[in-house]
Amino acid sequence: MTNVYRELGDFISAALGASLESIEVKLGELVLTCAPAQLPKVMKFLRNDSNCRFEMLIDICGVDYPDRAKRFDAVYNLLSLKHNYRIRVKVAVSEDESVPSLVDLYPSAGWFEREAYDLYGIFFEGNPDLRRILTDYGFEGHPFRKDFPLTGYVEVRYDEEQKRVVYEPVKLQQEFRSFDFESPWEGMLQPRRPLPGDEKAS
Amino acid sequence: MAETQIKPLTMNFGPQHPAAHGVLRMVMEMDGEVVRRIDPHVGLLHRGTEKLIEYKTYLQAIPYFDRLDYVSPMCQEHAFVLAVEKLLGLEVPARGQYIRVLFDEITRILNHLLNIPAYAMDVGAVTPFLWAFEERELLMEFYERVSGARLHAAYYRPGGVHQDLPAGILDDIAAWAAKFPRVIADLEGLLTENRIFKQRLVDIGVVSAEDAIAWGFTGPMLRASGVPWDLRKAQPYMVYDKMDFDIPVGRNGDCYDRYLVRVAEMKESLKIINQCIQQMPGGPASSVDRKVTPPPRGEMKRSMEALIHHFKLYTEGFHVPAGETYTAVEAPKGEFGVYLVSDGSNRPYRCKIRAPGFPHLQAMEFCSKGYMLADSVAILGSMDIVFGEIDR
Repeated sequence: MTNVYRELGDFISAALGASLESIEVKLGELVLTCAPAQLPKVMKFLRNDSNCRFEMLIDICGVDYPDRAKRFDAVYNLLSLKHNYRIRVKVAVSEDESVPSLVDLYPSAGWFEREAYDLYGIFFEGNPDLRRILTDYGFEGHPFRKDFPLTGYVEVRYDEEQKRVVYEPVKLQQEFRSFDFESPWEGMLQPRRPLPGDEKAS
Repeated sequence: MAETQIKPLTMNFGPQHPAAHGVLRMVMEMDGEVVRRIDPHVGLLHRGTEKLIEYKTYLQAIPYFDRLDYVSPMCQEHAFVLAVEKLLGLEVPARGQYIRVLFDEITRILNHLLNIPAYAMDVGAVTPFLWAFEERELLMEFYERVSGARLHAAYYRPGGVHQDLPAGILDDIAAWAAKFPRVIADLEGLLTENRIFKQRLVDIGVVSAEDAIAWGFTGPMLRASGVPWDLRKAQPYMVYDKMDFDIPVGRNGDCYDRYLVRVAEMKESLKIINQCIQQMPGGPASSVDRKVTPPPRGEMKRSMEALIHHFKLYTEGFHVPAGETYTAVEAPKGEFGVYLVSDGSNRPYRCKIRAPGFPHLQAMEFCSKGYMLADSVAILGSMDIVFGEIDR
């Protein structure tokens, strides 16, 4: 499959050239990156070209890399039923940028974009219905960002006096514990980031 | 006679409705009894599984997959362990591969045995539900015998399966498989030519092949629209390429075809189960790479190294090389995929779960616009919705 994808990658980069940032085969999967502004053009080509025919949008997913200047990745996984290919299109965006919506091209993009917006705060320009989807009504923040705590900020309980469910700041019975089990076991064999508690060694 | 303007009625369907298959709230705009607009509100069961997984080691993440679509647990574990194995570059021994295929197909029957009668109950037939649950119980006993749990098995592990099959289970599965066609025949006798059942399903919720592809349908939903697409054939994983089975395809893309496709799929699964039992090879059921799979208990009593491996694997866990992959399996409901990003540590950096039901439910408005209220219940049932996977 790797050779097939390499050929397909060459074909796509010859056709789209300047619109792409990179296209490569990693772990037997074809990965394409482009700028947000080029996304509709790239996707339209991938969907309509007879050698590609990526007609099914399998998934849109956000990934957060807080250390990067362009913090988020919007990752599109496409499937071609005709040729039995898969491709992954990645777009890097910063917090105040937006990604053009693909609703016109793929109707299924609607909810996937809503999900990425809800969980990461990636804004999709042109989506007619960009509401929250998975979190609670009136939820604040974007829970899947790496700087959002796992325990969240609010908790709910039923209040007997007010006869309704009330929101309160989250109260933990004990500190949130993160067990870091990393140790030199096997880890020293490959150069990696320094181990916690092992600062003296370096 | 003067014309009267009827104001569209906005109606709440769910979140506590027996036909909503869990916690679905649909805001429906009705014109009399005709559906004009549907806005499904999902997320009432959102548990943040993907975020929780980021805080767990790879091994600790597996049980979360049982709890997504809780009627087909093992197929989802399969997607995750395949993704991990791909990043690790780990091979699964032949016996492990056969066991996984065997239990994938048991899971498929388990899922369809819930969906078909629950669907029948949505449109008014109660008996199939009782009959099928008896059969599900038998299948869950097989689950229990291999993993110790009836539902949340956590049986598949990176490198193979947790433990080899217990003695005699293959004979028992074969004995069950010999009797099961009779159960399918009984179910079909109740439903397939049933006049009321057909009146509720035929020509309801018709989706063309083009629309099904555009809306991201997979699994029986796509196949009922006439697209012969099945990942077990198209992108085979484990030993599916050695199995001899057919892909049932519908013709009209209506609710009735989806029911027929699921029934036919159970028969095909039975074929695969029988082939697995006949061809089941010997050897280890799990990889012997001790840096990923823990050693057997007996070895730990004698070998210091085995003891260290056991301790480290269950505390720190194994490290997965940096990289990313999208790996999908043909779950009973459609394509279940895992997009896994690893940063080289012992925890996933990001684990996105692609649930087949999510795009199906998204198309709910598209499918039921212009149909009656009662038809929307039939359409919802035909989508095989389980909220564990949609809300994650």
